[in-house]
Amino acid sequence: MQSELLTLSDVSLAYQTVEGETVAIQDLNLTVREGEFLAIVGPSGCGKTSVLSLIMGLIPQSGGTVRVQKPGLRMGYMLQRDHLLDHRTVEKNVLLGLEVQHRLTEQSRKNALQLLDTYGLSEFKTYKPNQLSGGMRQKVALIRTLALEPDLLLLDEPFSALDYQTRLNLSDEVYRIIRREHKSAILVTHDISEAVSMADRVAVFTARPATCKADIPIGFPAAMPPLERRRQATFHDYFDRIWEELQA
Amino acid sequence: MKQHPVSDAHARYLRSLRRDAHCIRLSQIGILLAVLLIWEVGADLNWFDPFILSSPSRVFATVARLSADGSLWLHIGTTLLETVLGFLLGTVLGALFAVLLWWLPKLNRILDPYLVVLNALPKIALGPVLIVWIGAGMASIVVMGILVSLVVTTVTVLNGFSAATDEKQLLMRTLGATKLQIFTKVVLPAGVPDLISALKISVGMSWVGVIVGEYLVSKAGLGYLIVYGGQVFKLDLVMASVAILCVLAALMYYAVAFLEKKVRT
Repeated sequence: MQSELLTLSDVSLAYQTVEGETVAIQDLNLTVREGEFLAIVGPSGCGKTSVLSLIMGLIPQSGGTVRVQKPGLRMGYMLQRDHLLDHRTVEKNVLLGLEVQHRLTEQSRKNALQLLDTYGLSEFKTYKPNQLSGGMRQKVALIRTLALEPDLLLLDEPFSALDYQTRLNLSDEVYRIIRREHKSAILVTHDISEAVSMADRVAVFTARPATCKADIPIGFPAAMPPLERRRQATFHDYFDRIWEELQA
Repeated sequence: MKQHPVSDAHARYLRSLRRDAHCIRLSQIGILLAVLLIWEVGADLNWFDPFILSSPSRVFATVARLSADGSLWLHIGTTLLETVLGFLLGTVLGALFAVLLWWLPKLNRILDPYLVVLNALPKIALGPVLIVWIGAGMASIVVMGILVSLVVTTVTVLNGFSAATDEKQLLMRTLGATKLQIFTKVVLPAGVPDLISALKISVGMSWVGVIVGEYLVSKAGLGYLIVYGGQVFKLDLVMASVAILCVLAALMYYAVAFLEKKVRT
């Protein structure tokens, strides 16, 4: 078994509003191992996104511990929408993270441009984001995240704003990228098929207050890409199992 | 961009576009010429009293006379200096104030009602107060020009900053950005289009502030000429000053519009 990357023990999170206190997450236990692709599914509004914010350290938890097991672990966050900056070219958008972290060197720039090239976007590097299609924009956002060379990718429904065809193609591509670069990933989604087609393991969350009610290993080999997985007979068994867990 | 008509229909379409553009430009010039012509002929034929309404030729003669004795440049220079100073200081201070309010959201909330009232208040109502406080001189006029453009700049620019949504700022935080980086890389660029509209508004506002200031207290300037001309019934002088104002205000507006084009491309 691979070593642990990140452990959440008895984590809880409560939001304060004028109307009162909302407990978003309660007694959540979750582990991510190195090189693992974990998907989190759950009803919408159950606090899946909050888990990523907690892990990223954007908000403090109300209780429990979030422990990063590997010192110096680099995390990259990818949001539902690309949020590319309109006044910057594609190239400058890709370099944004490096620039912000003062890590923009000759080498890191070359790396980022290499990524653009690998994913077929280098001819668009002088374009402004509004000249690109939704799928291309999201790919640029992914490269912006990858340029930081994260060990762990946090994907917050990164395909949900795309049309179906783009979505399948892009998830296939993202999957290959993550596997090729040997990254670990946590994918938050409400789309069961997407979870089964990409993850090694699916954590099923309950409605609010969220906690992990089932942990389902997906038995496809890591080398099998999402589109291929969707064609497997066992795909639907996994789907049904997760569906039942969500319904129960 | 080069035009390559792809078909006869396309060529016809391009021609019609050009025709429309010519037609509009000719009509614009035509209106100006017609007004000047009717004004001139009407004054010559005594349809109205040229002593009260002046005429283009008398306006022209007045400008020539002022130019010959050198006083024209003094008046234009005075007003232009006051306006440019008021405009620049007003927009710079207004924009800096907007930055401060963005940086300190609590201060923004505290000052919000004051900003609303100040924005609604006709700033020229403060003219007499300024003269008492600052003195009867150019400083009062410049401050008037500043006041008139400052608040509107602050309100417009602050509004522009809000184009940088919370989500975009969240993205910056996921990349590990500091507040200063969020400001310089996301918020400020998002505010640039509104900053430019603020400039366009302010440039007109500053003229209002300065001319009213000159009405109240001045020894030189186009506003001074207008008030003086009105008091001694030299309507030629009033009309000549207004005509010069038209030209200057238009030039300054187009300078800002030119700047906008530069920034946008």
